[in-house]
Amino acid sequence: MECIDYQDVDIFHSGHVACAGCVEALSLRVILNIVGQDAVAVVPPSCTAVICGIYPNSALSIPAFHTSLESAAATASGVKRALLAKGKPDTTVLCLAGDGGTYDIGLQSLSSAAERNEDILYICFDNEGYMNTGGQKSSSTPEGAATGSTPLGKTTRKKNLVDIMAAHRVPYITTTSPGHILDMKAKVKKALQIKGTKIIIVLIPCLAGWGVADDAGIKAARMAVDSGIFPLYEVEDGERYTVNQLARTQSVKPYLALQKRYRHISEEQVEQLQIHTDKAWQQLLLRADQQQ
Amino acid sequence: MSYTAKRLLLTGNHAVAWAVKRVRPHVAPLYPITPQTPILEKLTDFQSKGELEGTELLTPESEHSAMAACISASLTGVRVFTATSSQGLLLMHELLHYAAGARARIVLFNVNRTPASPWGFWPDQLDSLSQRDTGWVQLYSESPQESLDTTIQAYRIAELIGVPIMISHDAFYVSHAMEPVEVPSQQQVDEFLPPFACDHFLDPKRGQSFGAPLDQQNWNRSRREMAAAMARVFAAVTDAGKKWGETSGRDYAPLECYRMDGATTVIVTMGSMCGTAREAVDALQDKGNRVGLLKVRLFRPFPVAALKEALAGVSCAIVLDRNFSCGLGGILHQELKAALYGLKPAPKIHGLLSGVGGVNVSVNKIKQWVSEYAGAVPVNESLWVE
Repeated sequence: MECIDYQDVDIFHSGHVACAGCVEALSLRVILNIVGQDAVAVVPPSCTAVICGIYPNSALSIPAFHTSLESAAATASGVKRALLAKGKPDTTVLCLAGDGGTYDIGLQSLSSAAERNEDILYICFDNEGYMNTGGQKSSSTPEGAATGSTPLGKTTRKKNLVDIMAAHRVPYITTTSPGHILDMKAKVKKALQIKGTKIIIVLIPCLAGWGVADDAGIKAARMAVDSGIFPLYEVEDGERYTVNQLARTQSVKPYLALQKRYRHISEEQVEQLQIHTDKAWQQLLLRADQQQ
Repeated sequence: MSYTAKRLLLTGNHAVAWAVKRVRPHVAPLYPITPQTPILEKLTDFQSKGELEGTELLTPESEHSAMAACISASLTGVRVFTATSSQGLLLMHELLHYAAGARARIVLFNVNRTPASPWGFWPDQLDSLSQRDTGWVQLYSESPQESLDTTIQAYRIAELIGVPIMISHDAFYVSHAMEPVEVPSQQQVDEFLPPFACDHFLDPKRGQSFGAPLDQQNWNRSRREMAAAMARVFAAVTDAGKKWGETSGRDYAPLECYRMDGATTVIVTMGSMCGTAREAVDALQDKGNRVGLLKVRLFRPFPVAALKEALAGVSCAIVLDRNFSCGLGGILHQELKAALYGLKPAPKIHGLLSGVGGVNVSVNKIKQWVSEYAGAVPVNESLWVE
């Protein structure tokens, strides 16, 4: 059992409107705690946009601009450049986006911001689908998962955003999870020390969208990592791969069994998912090894 | 106070770039598109020579992202510029609504060009006119000098009222045509344009957020507040035009009445066609015809009261539209008819689709249309003419 030293500086307040048990709210609290008060947030439509509350309330003590779904990184670029022009280069500009606004409709503007190496911190709360609109598939939805738009299960695989953004040679891109709070804290701290485009993908098991119990968000996140289906790793400057948790302690089967979105899949499909996971894991290790 | 303005031979686009250099925006996100690109290139040229040092130039992957950056930069509390044309403006459409709703003080220069499909590059105002419900102030310019002067004035208006402003000039006829242009001195512009200031911006010290989800009542309220702001624009445009006249010797107003004293027939149009119409009016007046020109410079907010006043007592208005709203007709024609509804006596109004797609409209053509339509019975529809 990890004993976590945690002191809340209250950037993300109670009174937010996340679903009971939502681990995105927990992640927001942890991340903003590290980011601190000298920051401006850019929020495209997403669960975060709702969680932060309805006007005139805000669960954030930092200012946020609610931008359009496809524009988070471009919007953050505008804020950053304006702050530079005002002589405030140290204020953190961060995006708080979902996977729809990142993997799908926001990928173009993210790609451009990364190519320009804008000095922004981009957080993607990846709940593997359009959960705020009731649970439809995004390009982050993994194979086999049933969603509102893939009732029989998605037939194609989850997009590998880490590789895509690593190919942009961003100084820092990493994955983390609310089941690994120390890892999350360390990575946010690390990202804040780096100039340029930093991207953190946080796996957010969506209680309603994935069909997991109200108290099982953290458990699902840990199982995703322990099975290797969502490895914790980081890539620096597009070339230095580090796997943060090298132990794979379980197969994908119990992870899938925990979630209603996989309840329709056959043994063969489970087998197929295991093969894909194993192969991706080996590729990742190879990349990490090649650095040494 | 006298200033040393310099006279340069400039295209319309380069005249705009000179205006931008003088207003010194803090952030300028720009994306290339024909025929806007010379504005972008002149600005990057200025910067490469160290003449635009306080400006963060941002070159994103699309006009959509350019506008996204404009909005957020403006909300962070700085002066912003961007330029585009046609498809670029249309790609921005979603964010034009966003900008107006967020009360971003953006000045956008648009070069009027035909929207695809088919693919064309020709002067036509449909690109900007089809954005007329987005909540942006719209001004139309006739010449390179006017484009420069209007860009400078637009910042004063946008920052006073808290609205985004779009200025348009016609592709090639203005954007690429060279004319002698008087470029004001830096001091002259600095004295005309107060430093950027706004009370509310994205400030970590205050934590005020913008654009959060809200209920029906508050969305409704946001539109009422935008309406109240729009209602102040006519006076602000009038005032900025006068003040600029005091320092530059070139006066501007929301509408320009050219040789309308005693005119019984008035040509109504916007953009570069005003120059051609002006010549036609001169030629017709020389022969004793009582014909004038009403140039619409401010299109949004549509200056209804001023149009009624200008056209009261005129027996015939001939609207020349270089645009076409399919299923309705010429946009200026239709809007003018709506504006004059209830005016007694009202002029007979003819709407001529006269320059759609950038087809050339000559002085002789305008003279011919005046003789053809001045005494004719008008029809509801806009008419295709060549």
